[in-house]
Amino acid sequence: MMKTKPVYLKHAVSPRDRIMGFVFLILGLFVLLVFNKNFSSETITTFAMTPGGISRGVMTDWLIQTNRTLWICGILLFLIGIYQFIFGFGHRSNLILVLVSLIFVFSFIVYVAANKMLNLAGLLASALAMAVPIILGGFCGILCERAGVVNIAIEGMMLMGAMLGSVVGSATKNIWFGLAAAMLGGGILALVHAWLSIKYKINQIVSGTVINIFSTGMTSYISSMYLQDFPNLNKTPRFPSVAIPGLADIPFIGPIIFDNSLFVYGMFLLLILLQFGLFKTRWGLRLRAVGEHPKAADTLGINVFKTRYMAVILGGLLAGFAGAYFSLGSVGRFDEGMTSGKGFIGLAAMIFGNWIPFRTMLAGILFGFADSLSSSVSILGSSIPGQFINMLPYLVTIIVLAGVVGSSSGPAASGTPYEKE
Amino acid sequence: MTPVLELTGITKQFPGVLANDHIDLKLEKGEILALLGENGAGKSTLMNILYGLYQPDSGTIFVNGKQIDVHSSIDAIRAGIGMVHQHFMLIPVFTVTDNVMLGEESLVLGDFLDRKTAAARIRKISEQYNLDVDPNAMVGDLPVGVQQRVEIIKLLYRDASILIFDEPTAVLTPQEADELFKIMRSLSEQGKSIIFITHKLREVLEYSDRIMVIRRGKVIGETTPSDADQEKLAEMMVGRAVNLNQDKKKAQKGEIVLQAKDLVVADSTKKITVHSITFTLYSGEILGIAGVQGNGQTELEEAVTGMRDFESGEIQISGKVIRKIKPREFVEAGGAHVPEDRQRDGLILSFPVEDNLMLCTYYKPPFSINGILDRKEIRRNAQTLISEFDVRTPSPLTDVGTLSGGNQQKVIVARELSRNNRLIVASQPTRGLDVGSIEYIHGQLLKKRDEGCGILLISSELDEIMELSDRILVMYKGEAIVTVDADAVSKSEIGLYMAGISQQRIPGSSETAAEKSSMGE
Repeated sequence: MMKTKPVYLKHAVSPRDRIMGFVFLILGLFVLLVFNKNFSSETITTFAMTPGGISRGVMTDWLIQTNRTLWICGILLFLIGIYQFIFGFGHRSNLILVLVSLIFVFSFIVYVAANKMLNLAGLLASALAMAVPIILGGFCGILCERAGVVNIAIEGMMLMGAMLGSVVGSATKNIWFGLAAAMLGGGILALVHAWLSIKYKINQIVSGTVINIFSTGMTSYISSMYLQDFPNLNKTPRFPSVAIPGLADIPFIGPIIFDNSLFVYGMFLLLILLQFGLFKTRWGLRLRAVGEHPKAADTLGINVFKTRYMAVILGGLLAGFAGAYFSLGSVGRFDEGMTSGKGFIGLAAMIFGNWIPFRTMLAGILFGFADSLSSSVSILGSSIPGQFINMLPYLVTIIVLAGVVGSSSGPAASGTPYEKE
Repeated sequence: MTPVLELTGITKQFPGVLANDHIDLKLEKGEILALLGENGAGKSTLMNILYGLYQPDSGTIFVNGKQIDVHSSIDAIRAGIGMVHQHFMLIPVFTVTDNVMLGEESLVLGDFLDRKTAAARIRKISEQYNLDVDPNAMVGDLPVGVQQRVEIIKLLYRDASILIFDEPTAVLTPQEADELFKIMRSLSEQGKSIIFITHKLREVLEYSDRIMVIRRGKVIGETTPSDADQEKLAEMMVGRAVNLNQDKKKAQKGEIVLQAKDLVVADSTKKITVHSITFTLYSGEILGIAGVQGNGQTELEEAVTGMRDFESGEIQISGKVIRKIKPREFVEAGGAHVPEDRQRDGLILSFPVEDNLMLCTYYKPPFSINGILDRKEIRRNAQTLISEFDVRTPSPLTDVGTLSGGNQQKVIVARELSRNNRLIVASQPTRGLDVGSIEYIHGQLLKKRDEGCGILLISSELDEIMELSDRILVMYKGEAIVTVDADAVSKSEIGLYMAGISQQRIPGSSETAAEKSSMGE
């Protein structure tokens, strides 16, 4: 037999790599020319390292020289850009992209907070808080899609959960009843979605849209017809923050992570359950099999319909839990449209996180960070118009979905109803 | 001795078709039974009944003499019956271990998967039956032949003693098929009983112990490989004498229709798979490209027909030099293309037959006038072609995806050959088809040749190449290792070239030559 080595064409740097390199260069120049414009070498940026109003886990403020930091960051970005443009980072491109984003965002807050003080710990704590409903929404999406059902009704389920949580919580003056009602509300909408899309094989996008419209309409109606007139029905107790003894005293990290309400701890618990459940247990193996190749699962005796119902309903309970965060965890009442698209951003986090719970959580935190950054920056009052700052979370979503994700692919049978022969 | 499996009087009626008509079948322990029949003869229906995917209208199933009811595939698995489906029931993004144990998981600590134990069991099975598979590999990364082994392991993992293979070689290269039959033999020697469904005569004659022929839902007869030959089996299958060897007139070579010079083509991973190939195709001849699947034929086909850019070299169609060719230019230059993957590149499965029959020229009169489709003309065209090319379809408005493979291929052949072309590129034109359809398509290709078309025939079936070609080019690892006149070469020589043994080094041993000649099946 003749042996020949495979010959490959030389394409060291793909056009995508070049474009990324070019963008990095521009970011570097932006930091050097725009951010680092009028600062003298005496300018100082101050970061507070303990969230406001917290006395445990205190850390002293962090002072940095604005001018020098921006020079370093800008040059670093510039160099990474040149390397990316000429050689490319190959399979490490995404990692580099994350690094570049971090450096750029850091330069940005250093610039915005020059001569002022920014509470970095507060920023991160609120990022985590903002991320909770996004991450929970993403988990709901993972459960449904991993089993083969597309669920775009997460937003509607969250909204319903938020309202029911507030009403029942106010009526009974019991947060646990409120939470149960919220989860039940999400679960019932999920049952409807499952029923329409699994049993009647209605297009899952249509079914999801219908549920979203129903939910928006229904909650607005109840809110304006009854909750306005009976304010006692919309004044619920909230879940308090519980500091975990010991852990909450760790400087910087303690107050950010270990002094939170049930929702944050619940999110972390669910993360562990889902991550292990999906990939290490029989339950997860069968659920994923049903979402990838239902017919194969069926021939091996797995009940496709039952598995899908189970997954979608569990997802609904999760979405209801996420909804409860808004009323029972955050403000203590229900406002119309208070979920403000977090369910959809949760779906984006799911896709960005490649349908894996842990990565979805990281993506959710990124989106939450963009959210909290935009509010911190507008409080500091920078020269950038507020509208642009408020665009930040959505801009991040678009860039992430268009740029990084690109080729990610979900469960193979997601969105296709299963028909038994 | 009681047979391991016995079916009596199995009848299944589908709307309009009696798919199984009182079928009786017996399978002895350790036996390989071939179930032979054309596409649509009812073989798969019978096996699906046995596997619990369909319910029979009447009839009984006995396993080891005991009557069993099979309502779902689980009942079948419990009775020791396992099936390797034609389209694998595997999940590409799962590992081999996960695929095998799905539904029958090894567990620890309640619901946690015990992948180690399962993998160890898989290793044991693969050693016992010579099924070489890495339990930790991702199934989607494995070649088709290995994926099939995973399917077999799945059955053995469930202690199946009766194994059904539905068209097992349809998706395999000849080497993989050889390997599979070795595995089947070793399974039967270790006491497993096997039924394999096929319409390939040679496989049946070479590898089965007993042959049962089914036609239109009825058992036509039983025979053994020693009592039968290809002609006899073909006749039993089709119900009439089949011309397995086309009469071929001498080629009347004319002017050059296609010329490739130093053509270099890379695949989608940028690996160069066609290394500087040069050939010339004249009108009125068939140039066969022989070679084991995956030696660059697919990329060559795609480059010539404009589906893939080539890296360097030159293509000339009817004397016109083309640097960068698009599929439409290929069509406009008088080219016809019967693609290798008919469902992906040849048809739009969810479109009706009549639309598929005008896909290449839909934008031109008579089908389209000022950008508006002329439905009447499209229907007329479809009706003509359906009768002329004997496409078996309920109506021109039937979705092409619902037709059988043979009829889908006839739709493509009808569309491509009905245009007034000078050049035909046909890749694996009869893959997966039964003898009747093969006979028909071969006849059509020869007819076009005699009318003065130049035909580039790419096929990994050596028999097909030998039967149709006037000249043969053998591709090995992307290179044309030889171009010869079909009359001046034996099948065994081509077999050797296909294995990469070049002209100078062909050994005189007739034994190796005979062995290699079986590669084309």
